[in-house]
Amino acid sequence: MMQPGLYQILFISTALFFIGAYGFFTRRNLITMLMSVELILNSVNLNFIAFNKYLWPDKLDGLFFTIFVIAIAAAEAAVAIAIIINLYRSHHSIDVEQAEEMKY
Amino acid sequence: MNGSTIIFYLLAALTLGSGLLAVTTRQIFRSAIFLLFSLIGIAGLYFWMQYEFIAAVQIVVYVGGITVLIIFSIFLTQQAGEKLAKPKIGRQIFSALAAFCGFALIMTQVLKHNFNASSEEALPPTVVNIGTQMLGVDDGGYSLPFEVVSILLLAALIGCIVIALRSKPETT
Repeated sequence: MMQPGLYQILFISTALFFIGAYGFFTRRNLITMLMSVELILNSVNLNFIAFNKYLWPDKLDGLFFTIFVIAIAAAEAAVAIAIIINLYRSHHSIDVEQAEEMKY
Repeated sequence: MNGSTIIFYLLAALTLGSGLLAVTTRQIFRSAIFLLFSLIGIAGLYFWMQYEFIAAVQIVVYVGGITVLIIFSIFLTQQAGEKLAKPKIGRQIFSALAAFCGFALIMTQVLKHNFNASSEEALPPTVVNIGTQMLGVDDGGYSLPFEVVSILLLAALIGCIVIALRSKPETT
């Protein structure tokens, strides 16, 4: 087995990104689509941290990007869940196929 | 093959395995729990890379915050014991194909590329260094993005309240 390094972490983050993309393509429920987006954002964070650790250990820029991405992802999840609950209240379903009209 | 390598591959298997189960299982609550384990695996990878602060932030924000939010919204919107509809087989095949092709494309590019590491002296990611640079106003300081993100969080907070507010029945 290989010694883990940058390439192994890049493999994990790429695989996680495309797992999230697969979920985003196949799922039709808004909450599960939101979960897939969270996986994608996490793979990006992992990438930033890996580049920060292995390529530019003299700087902390990747770490700050990760912190800001986490903050924005939290805000995004909160807004998305508010929209989902509002949609459920008006349509009684959170399936994207049944949410064709934006205004009711 | 030492302990660190074994732990790394265990964490990788935990992250990828539970991530894969989170997007394929048909029970939405299990999906949320598998997402939780995947996020814990990523936090473990941060610990493995010795970025303890980011790992702690990951556990607090993702595992403690976002997953709980998702579980609450599942309780609010889903009937108990109801399974998700099975995706169409054609969509499943083409999504898997698209994901696999994208993965293969990116991995071939990554493996061909030769990364050059910077040879300067390493700056350890301790909380002191992070705090000094995060709130620094001199060159390389991150105080402006910090303030912008705090405004964004405030706006998102107010926006959530406005969106999720139960609209009053129009009586006039």
